[in-house]
Amino acid sequence: MSVLVFAETSEGIYKKIAFEATSYGAKVAEMLQTNLVALSINATDANQLSTYGASKILNVKNEKLNSFNAKAFADVVCQAAKSEAADVVIIDSSSNGLYLAPLVAYNLNAGLASNVVSIPVTTAPFVLKRKAFSNKAFCFTTLTTSVRVIGLAKNAYGIFENKVVATIADFTPTLSDADFGISSKEVIKTSGKVSIADADIVVSAGRGLKGPENWGMIEDLAQVLGAATACSKPVADLDWRDHAEHVGQTGKQVAANLYIAIGISGAIQHLAGINSSKVKVVINTDPEAPFFKAADYGIVGDAFEVVPKLVEKLKVFKQNNA
Amino acid sequence: MKLLVCISHVPDTTSKINFTEGDTKFDTNGVQYVINPHDEYCLTRAIWFKEKQGATISVVTVGTQIVEPTLRKALAIGADDAIRVDAEPTDAFYVAKQIAEVVKQGAFDVVLAGRESIDYNGGMVPGFLAASLGYNFVNACIAIEIEGQNVTATREIDGGSEILTTVLPLVIGGQKGLVEEKDLRIPNMRGIMMARQKPLKVVLPIDIKPNSTTVSFEKPPVKSACKLVSPDNIDELINLLHTEAKVI
Ligand SMILES: Cc1cc2nc3c(=O)[nH]c(=O)nc-3n(C[C@H](O)[C@H](O)[C@H](O)COP(=O)(O)OP(=O)(O)OC[C@H]3O[C@@H](n4cnc5c(N)ncnc54)[C@H](O)[C@@H]3O)c2cc1C
Ligand SMILES: Nc1ncnc2c1ncn2[C@@H]1O[C@H](COP(=O)(O)O)[C@@H](O)[C@H]1O
Repeated sequence: MSVLVFAETSEGIYKKIAFEATSYGAKVAEMLQTNLVALSINATDANQLSTYGASKILNVKNEKLNSFNAKAFADVVCQAAKSEAADVVIIDSSSNGLYLAPLVAYNLNAGLASNVVSIPVTTAPFVLKRKAFSNKAFCFTTLTTSVRVIGLAKNAYGIFENKVVATIADFTPTLSDADFGISSKEVIKTSGKVSIADADIVVSAGRGLKGPENWGMIEDLAQVLGAATACSKPVADLDWRDHAEHVGQTGKQVAANLYIAIGISGAIQHLAGINSSKVKVVINTDPEAPFFKAADYGIVGDAFEVVPKLVEKLKVFKQNNA
Repeated sequence: MKLLVCISHVPDTTSKINFTEGDTKFDTNGVQYVINPHDEYCLTRAIWFKEKQGATISVVTVGTQIVEPTLRKALAIGADDAIRVDAEPTDAFYVAKQIAEVVKQGAFDVVLAGRESIDYNGGMVPGFLAASLGYNFVNACIAIEIEGQNVTATREIDGGSEILTTVLPLVIGGQKGLVEEKDLRIPNMRGIMMARQKPLKVVLPIDIKPNSTTVSFEKPPVKSACKLVSPDNIDELINLLHTEAKVI
């Protein structure tokens, strides 16, 4: 018996969510009175995971796995789970994690709970609290299988240091051609900016901005905060901003620490995408805008006056708190 | 090319979400049901393949009789025929196994499902289906081209996109991007009339045990009121975000 966490890397470096998933795994292992084993693929510094409670780290080194391939990665995770007799497997909710989790669960004959927001409610039966109805509710799901896969929602648990002494073992999976039925031709990065998925802070703007030429101040605000930029759906549909920035029920999910909405009315479909963000700020001329009901802090005011001022004041604040 | 589009029957995006029977059942009172938005993109892309490349399109839903209007809508939009697996969609594993059986029986070589259903937000059916069938699988798919057996598909990744190549047979977990929103097909009068004549076959489920059960629901805690800050006092906002919310 053990708990296995898949700790995701990007070009050899652990993603932040790998530390969150490991912290979470350590807690689940403690609940089950067992050990946490972490699996990583081509990590340069595998021992980093011991800081977050992994007592054994399996490090796969294989050039064929330099770029993500869902089927091959799933196969590696399954082989590791079997060799460690894992009865719980934890996978993050990055785009790769979401791709991987059902493949892993199926091949392990395991039940899968995705979008899980907290540690298991009980372990016998194995009950998980997960997000449902586009963040408008939670549901409690029991996994009835002997092996269970948990898809941990983004920014749901946090990162906790819990230094242990870890053994690092090489792990050599058996891969076959069948694992590589899909090949990657090209990765297109949205140029040099913070991605919505990785951002702690997201600055988002809506139709209240009147036109794409007014996004300079939004970019400025994002820059001083080290934030990603996002937008409402009509803004993307009008081609004012790229579709990759569209947030909401039919767009991206934002689980940031801080979400700042500027000139966005707060339609239910928009809120569905941002409800899991921790703190929400709204700036809107209309005190009746529904967003004020969903926000923690608000300014009733004109974005064209408030935002430039906010940028200037934040610059000063950042300098004083650097 | 034989396409199967998986249609999930979900509450409309504006629905108020409530529960009954001590928070153990979803309250369907006053709820309008629609085709899952991601599935609409899949269906419209399928129609493109039909019109440009002569594919045939079947749609499938695992559900009781209440899902039939949703399937008829898919027929009105342009699918050729519909299959309903007559069972409660107990969990994603159960649903995927039922659809896998439909795929085998109908020898479909492309299965288009949505990235996730907007009700239970599982995001599992497409992956389970691909694993069960041994088909190639592209998740979060935002573009797809098929030439003969060869497929070029783009998936959304965190901070960008990735272009992939593979071959049929294939399952995708599709989403917005597969077609432009303005090109989404909606049923017209002629489509609705024709849909009445199109076959809707009801099949019995295969015997499969689900591997999860949903026990109960909970609504998020009621939010405390929004703290308003004057536009002339932006320092106050910065102060609150720094010292109270601790997010900057
Ligand atoms: C099936 C379906 C799915 C959908 N999915 C999504 C989704 O995923 N994401 C999404 O965002 N929407 C979605 N929508 C659309 C949604 O219903 C709203 O139409 C949309 O969110 C509104 O965008 P907005 O707030 O930018 O624009 P508006 O509603 O036009 O709001 C603009 C706001 O700006 C304010 N404003 C105007 N001038 C200023 C100023 N100078 N300074 C400050 N504020 C100002 C106004 O008071 C207003 O509140 C969906 C709709 C449907 C039917
Ligand atoms: N009951 C169902 N019948 C048919 N297809 C379904 C059903 N449930 C889910 N799907 C398909 O699987 C996709 C992902 O659903 P889910 O895994 O439930 O989030 C949906 O977008 C549909 O295409």
